[in-house]
Amino acid sequence: MSNEVEKDKLSGTDTTGHEWDGIKELNTPLPRWWLYTFYACILFAIGYCVLYPSIPLPWGGHTEGLLKFTNRKAIEEDLKANAVAARPQYASIAARDLDAIQADAKLRDFAVAGGRAAFAQNCAPCHGNSGQGAKGYPNLLDDVWLWGGSLDQIHQTIRFGVRNANPESHQGVVMPAWGEAAKNPPQVLAAAQISAVADYVLSLNHKDVDMGSAKAGQAVFAENCAACHGENAEGNQDMGAPPLITGVWLYGGDKASLVETITHGRAGQMPAWSERLDEPTVKMLALYVHQLGGGK
Amino acid sequence: MSSPTAPHGASLYEAHKKVYPRAVTGRFRRLKWAVMGICLAFFYLMPLVRWDRGEGSPDQAILIDLAGQRVYLFGLEFWPQEIYFVTGVMVLAMLLLFLATALFGRVWCGYACPQTVWTDLFVMVERWIEGDRMERVRLDRAAWSWTKLRKKLAKHAIWLGIAVASGCAFVGWFADAPRLSHRLLHGTASMTDYGFVLLLTTTTYLLGGIAREQVCTYMCPWPRIQSALLDEHSRVVSYQAWRGEPRGKASDPTAGACVDCLACVQVCPTGIDIRDGHQLQCIDCSLCVDACDSVMRKLDRETGLIRWESFTGQTQRAAGLPAEWRPVRARTILYAALLLAVAGAMLTGLTLRQPYRMDVLHDRQPLFVALSGERLRNGYVVKLSNQTRSAQVFTLTVANHPEVVLAIAGEQDSAVHHIQLTADPDGQTVYHITAALPQSHMEGGTEPLIFVLSGAGRPDIRVSDHFFGPVWP
Repeated sequence: MSNEVEKDKLSGTDTTGHEWDGIKELNTPLPRWWLYTFYACILFAIGYCVLYPSIPLPWGGHTEGLLKFTNRKAIEEDLKANAVAARPQYASIAARDLDAIQADAKLRDFAVAGGRAAFAQNCAPCHGNSGQGAKGYPNLLDDVWLWGGSLDQIHQTIRFGVRNANPESHQGVVMPAWGEAAKNPPQVLAAAQISAVADYVLSLNHKDVDMGSAKAGQAVFAENCAACHGENAEGNQDMGAPPLITGVWLYGGDKASLVETITHGRAGQMPAWSERLDEPTVKMLALYVHQLGGGK
Repeated sequence: MSSPTAPHGASLYEAHKKVYPRAVTGRFRRLKWAVMGICLAFFYLMPLVRWDRGEGSPDQAILIDLAGQRVYLFGLEFWPQEIYFVTGVMVLAMLLLFLATALFGRVWCGYACPQTVWTDLFVMVERWIEGDRMERVRLDRAAWSWTKLRKKLAKHAIWLGIAVASGCAFVGWFADAPRLSHRLLHGTASMTDYGFVLLLTTTTYLLGGIAREQVCTYMCPWPRIQSALLDEHSRVVSYQAWRGEPRGKASDPTAGACVDCLACVQVCPTGIDIRDGHQLQCIDCSLCVDACDSVMRKLDRETGLIRWESFTGQTQRAAGLPAEWRPVRARTILYAALLLAVAGAMLTGLTLRQPYRMDVLHDRQPLFVALSGERLRNGYVVKLSNQTRSAQVFTLTVANHPEVVLAIAGEQDSAVHHIQLTADPDGQTVYHITAALPQSHMEGGTEPLIFVLSGAGRPDIRVSDHFFGPVWP
């Protein structure tokens, strides 16, 4: 191979000496600093590999890098820093009662934001991510409350829960299984009676039903149901007995659902969150739930 | 470090050939000085110009307040949601660049581009300290001496000074410049400020002092794009080969007008020979025009051997015809029309701007809530923007369903059909509101809802949204 640089006759430019099928490549050299930039990038990449986790290992895992950096650790540090920064607000929330927090716009905004985060972590699995509820899990946005919708009542419910081992929890009265003799021997209702009382409840909600059946159901209701649900089916929050005239249903408001509820009974539960969360978080949750739209 | 070579040993990489532009005088040089002076003065001094906006507002004429999310432009104030004005300015700049290129080639590159302006400034300093072209070449070739060291140190010190000033001026556009420069000087500015000063210092020093024409030739995409914007009617700096060739001595009667004095090559800031034809590296700065004209004048020959000329014009001259220029042609008409259209649209937008604005977002989940008494409720996030400096109370109603009961979520429900919302000054106030409607008023699953915001002695602001309910009866 000769060491002489060949010039292309037409353009007067040097060739690289490469030739394919009679076509020669012209040499239009890149500036050398560009090459050095490339070398600098290689050096940077080596430095990066040494300092940061980068190379997967065949037996699992990866090189850790001299800085021992992990995203998890970085986030943990961020969370810690956040917790430290929020300490004064937590202290104020712990020290003040709910009405005082609500009166302080800035603290209320903090509490609502904290409550939103705590809700997503703890409450959303049952009550839905916006508090919209699901069958058997109350909607927290509407204006019908089993155990009361004032700020203090919501706080109480979250702290101690419903029908759990905590002695402070709402026990109320369990809806009996009216159609199961094995569970409810003295008060069992016949299937026809259950159907009739369901018709009666539907009629209270302006639904088209067999009026004869509803009439029969009214007597059954007065005898068996009114004790808890009230004479006019207006409900009783001390017992956790829902009103039956609002059109808002926890377990469904069609006839089949009502018959199922009456036949097999219902007894919703909720944990006592004061056993799992600190007091400021429970207060923040109460303030958050109260401002969702249903708070009284 | 050795670099890759071709099979026969030629290097595939080129060592940097330093360009030593010679000083030149003439009309284009004067124009270039003037443009440079205006551009530099605007960049360095504009942040210091004041503009009174009243108590509590920044008094800087042009301020890009990133932290506060505001852009102040004399009497105007822009918010992030008006980013389309920035888009509009960029579209305008692009069209202006297209139009200028179609008419006059790369005038932007030759006169107004920051790279050109700062390179010119740095070369000016270099010439002042080290002398003109030949003295600089001799100095670089000479062995190291005290004089050489002194000159080099002085040059780099002044370059660094200019670079630091550029860095400081740059951050001055993004913060209150007088107070920021005070903080910068006393070491109390933030690390971000110092970081940007350092970044701009480095880039100014490297690009203006060291890299220079390498930026235009190798880094900038514009030289590649411009070939698509030029046509045979665009005026560009060109050598009149028909008149100049063959080159020869002034005394040679058979030779063309070009005496091969190389003045055009020596003054070129990108180090090219314009006589090889219009080429990628040429930034149309026309310093070679000045250089050639002065030589032609000395020789008592007609000037304009190198001149601003379109390809068509040059062909006509070569054929002995008068050169004609066609500035008005399809592409320039199109660029100008687009330019006017965008400018007109922006001006209209600016004139019709309202200081108040309402945005309504329906809650994503749940779409509706069933309430007792066979009523339905929907939630909305209402955002009120207030660009004025005083709080303003508005009344929110629903135009097409006056029976809708409105409430601010979390506040006591009452049967009101209008609510008072306060828009805080110079900011956005966010409300979560609820609207309730008896289910019997719903015909299908969806009902249009028109929110009306009235007050402040301005025309009502109307925003359309929807009210959702169950699709089953």
